[in-house]
Amino acid sequence: MTPDYYLILAAVLFTIGAVGVLVRRNAIVVFMCVELMLNAANLTLVTFARINGSLDGQIMAFFVMVVAAAEVVIGLAIIMSIFRSRRSASVDDANLLKY
Amino acid sequence: MSLLAQGALLAADNTVPTGEAVTFWILAPIALGGAIGMVLARNAVHSALLLVCTMLSLGVFYVLQAGPFIGMVQIIVYTGAIMMLFLFVIMLVGRHTRDSLIEVLRGQRLAAVILGVGFAMLLGTGLARGVGSVTAKGLDEANANGNVEGIAKLLFTKYIFAFEVTSALLITAAIGAMLLAHIEKKPGEKLDQKVLSRNRFTKGNYPGPKSGPGVFATSDSVATPAILPDGTFTERSVSKVVPARELTLTEARPKATNGNKQDGEIR
Repeated sequence: MTPDYYLILAAVLFTIGAVGVLVRRNAIVVFMCVELMLNAANLTLVTFARINGSLDGQIMAFFVMVVAAAEVVIGLAIIMSIFRSRRSASVDDANLLKY
Repeated sequence: MSLLAQGALLAADNTVPTGEAVTFWILAPIALGGAIGMVLARNAVHSALLLVCTMLSLGVFYVLQAGPFIGMVQIIVYTGAIMMLFLFVIMLVGRHTRDSLIEVLRGQRLAAVILGVGFAMLLGTGLARGVGSVTAKGLDEANANGNVEGIAKLLFTKYIFAFEVTSALLITAAIGAMLLAHIEKKPGEKLDQKVLSRNRFTKGNYPGPKSGPGVFATSDSVATPAILPDGTFTERSVSKVVPARELTLTEARPKATNGNKQDGEIR
């Protein structure tokens, strides 16, 4: 086994996350799939840090986590306010901007 | 011979220690199963918990790959903070909302799966072409003074500007979340103390503490409501668990407890 296996795992996880975003309709689950994609990207960053022998990859993963935390806070607040006005957490129901 | 030795050295360099391989082969299926289960689970709470499984496995992978700091941050920030925030919002919002089975775009699900498979193939070929020949240098040199020290050194020198910008981002996010979650109330909408106490003492409301069941009552049953000082029954003194019921004629009849069959006979 070589470190490349981590990259393969990360690719598979990213794909699952991407398919989940496209398939699921519950806004919160869609959001969790986005988190899964971010995590997969983090795994590649940490693996590349190890392959290249420098800590820059780990720092980038750290920044990705910070941005993800901010994104989650805002995203969940938006989902909450949409739910408050429309009584629904489905992404299909938020279609006022359509057409 | 030297070439062969070099090749062997290269191969030996590129493979990971057995312990790491074993851990990988145990945790990788868990991570994959968690991810697949998250997409497939009908219940959003199950999705969140399965995603926690995946994230914990990834945290262990980070620790395995000479990144103890980032691994711990993964566990604390992602599984500890972010996923708990998700659970809070699921409990507030989306626990009962189910995925609608109506396809707004025709064939969108099938297209998504095909797209996913294609994307996986694209990534796979890219990986197969790009890696496999590279040798992992390892982080022993970079981690010589400790992983946290190495990260701190980079973070506060090379990446200091990004670090400072991050603080601005976090403050903006906090203010944004407060603005989005805040409910604006109209001036007259919020009841002040005066209105609240006036409402409490209006006629028909009993402002004092409620007496327990059976107080001043005609029976010692817990189902008998208490009588208030003004002589009315208070239904609130009876527990909601106790069903209000009336005895049937058969039940109300005296039982044959004194050996007198005639009394208890049901006619």
